[in-house]
Amino acid sequence: MTEVEKVSNNPDVADGDGQPAITVESVYKIFGRRAARAVDALSDGQHRDTIKNMDVTAAVIDADFEVQPGEIFVVMGLSGSGKSTLIRMLNGLLEPTSGTVSVDGVVLNNLPAKQLRQVRRDKISMVFQHFALLPHRTVFDNVAFGLEVAGHPAAARKEKATEAIEMVGLTGWEDKLPSQLSGGMRQRVGLARALAAGTDIMLMDEAFSALDPLIRREIQDQLLVLQKQLQKTIVFITHDLNEAMRLGDRIAVMRDGRIVQIGTAEEILTQPANDYVAEFIADVDRTRVLTAASVMDPPPTGKVDKSGLVVDEDTPVADLFGPVSESNLPLQVTNADGRLVGVIPRLTLLNALSQVNGEVEPDESADSSHDGEVTTA
Amino acid sequence: MSRSDGILASMSDWFDDVLWDKLPAMPLGAWFADIVNWCKVELRSLFRSLSDGIEALVEGLTDVLTFLPSVVMVLLFAGLALWLKGWKFGLTTLLTFLLVAWTPFWEQSMMTLALVLVASALALALAIPIGVLASENPWVSKVAKPVLDLMQTMPAFVYLIPAISFFSVGVVPGVVATVVFCMPPGVRLTELGLRQVDKEVVEAGESFGASPATILGRIKLPLALPTIMAGVNQVIMLALSMVVIAGMVGGDGLGKVIMSALNNVDLARGFNAGLAVVIIAIFLDRISHAIGSRTKVARAQSAMARD
Repeated sequence: MTEVEKVSNNPDVADGDGQPAITVESVYKIFGRRAARAVDALSDGQHRDTIKNMDVTAAVIDADFEVQPGEIFVVMGLSGSGKSTLIRMLNGLLEPTSGTVSVDGVVLNNLPAKQLRQVRRDKISMVFQHFALLPHRTVFDNVAFGLEVAGHPAAARKEKATEAIEMVGLTGWEDKLPSQLSGGMRQRVGLARALAAGTDIMLMDEAFSALDPLIRREIQDQLLVLQKQLQKTIVFITHDLNEAMRLGDRIAVMRDGRIVQIGTAEEILTQPANDYVAEFIADVDRTRVLTAASVMDPPPTGKVDKSGLVVDEDTPVADLFGPVSESNLPLQVTNADGRLVGVIPRLTLLNALSQVNGEVEPDESADSSHDGEVTTA
Repeated sequence: MSRSDGILASMSDWFDDVLWDKLPAMPLGAWFADIVNWCKVELRSLFRSLSDGIEALVEGLTDVLTFLPSVVMVLLFAGLALWLKGWKFGLTTLLTFLLVAWTPFWEQSMMTLALVLVASALALALAIPIGVLASENPWVSKVAKPVLDLMQTMPAFVYLIPAISFFSVGVVPGVVATVVFCMPPGVRLTELGLRQVDKEVVEAGESFGASPATILGRIKLPLALPTIMAGVNQVIMLALSMVVIAGMVGGDGLGKVIMSALNNVDLARGFNAGLAVVIIAIFLDRISHAIGSRTKVARAQSAMARD
């Protein structure tokens, strides 16, 4: 049950020199005096409730993952699952009890305070759940805070902060105080502050959880647009599965301090690692997450038939019903290069619908070579 | 009844025999006196220069406050009140201070004001750094707590005894006793204010690579300032109440007037001087409060409350 399913890294993600942006290796974070002994007990696979009598709190147990440059890596879990503790170890706000965290190849464990601060200034910025803005500073001065701390001269601060404010669409609000802004705008200030720092990695701790649903959706879209352009490495913490599916290139599902599954939204939907994940995803509208590529049949010929309709392989299943109803011929699915990779006859689509919206059984033997097809029942 | 009295009495005798008569007199007070005497001898030159410094401060400030005619000073105070709080308080200040100027104690009132301001400034110069240390270091906090309790609950008159033995009679022992007496709320509220700063905002500072000094100076202190200013207000109020008591050890000012009124059972004179104290107290309270609510954070917070 506690076995972590590891999935090969998302091939879409550009990867310069092959070095992960963040590497987390068998990391434990345990609060309490007898933390070291608790690590031993937990590494034998015990549940964290069984070591309650040791008077320790196991927040993160045996976390192991890599985040590639340019990807959005979402850590999803309910409150108390350890996700906030996990993200705070990625920039050294918390020190792991055991295991190592490295950022761009620099191991954070036992790094002297001064060097750790330098890593934070140069490599990682953070966006907070409750915005964490300074109430006595204007929008501009809040955005420029990271630059100020890093010792940039005033002219450079002004340029970068102005640029970041423009990116999040707050131009004209520079001289307002945070108290004069709405919640969504305040978080855009938080986002601009992180962007202005100019780091490649951004940590987002439940960044949109305090916003109401409409605003949340809007700012999610804004983040995705910015991400297309900026290609930051983002670690995003959330308790909201839909948010995880919308934003994440890959998603790590956490429960009781352990990561129970890591994979793309599609992989988690089609092959939940255990009952817990299966239950979690029960309410997700799969037709919005699954794509044409995941339901298509193999193509009969290698060439696109000009008389039929063509859809891209990344089209959500929900958007296939329109085209399918317009033509008697099967839909043709092409990849980014325009090559035919599959076909979707009506029957296949209906079949797929009955499967994706039915009960998904946990797939204990889910293998990592899975590349997108729905396995036939 | 009488039987049980007899039993209790014999118990008490028994305790005297086996316990109390065998012990020497309770020595803590004597030890404290020894320490004070030792300091008096060994640190004589330190106390001398401290005494000179405090005396110069008080006299200098008194000279400034009494340089102009009383009516001009009243107008200046009223103007300050008008600027910081508005016309209502400006008018109140004008009328009440004119009342003080009407009494024969204007000069003593200004001297009391000078004593309060000097003592408060010295107390805050000690209290705020101690409060900062206590908020950063749990051990300082643990040690400071009982010491502050002692300072706050020890009857104020007791401070006058070592103060006299260090500085003999005059203005200085009064100021020193006042500093000790009024310091605790300054330390406590500084510590409280700094501890209450939103943890996430401090984390934000850390996560952008700010040093502890930067976090203290640009995040914690500005955010704690409204609470620290509440402490400043408390310190000033306590200083004023102590300064009157300090009149007993020869400090000039309204305290001295009140002591002589007490000795002569002169109710009218005592009441007038007491009224002057009340008027100065209200003025200092409102003014320090107004300064506190003009800090950037306090204004940002009140703007938020209006939303």
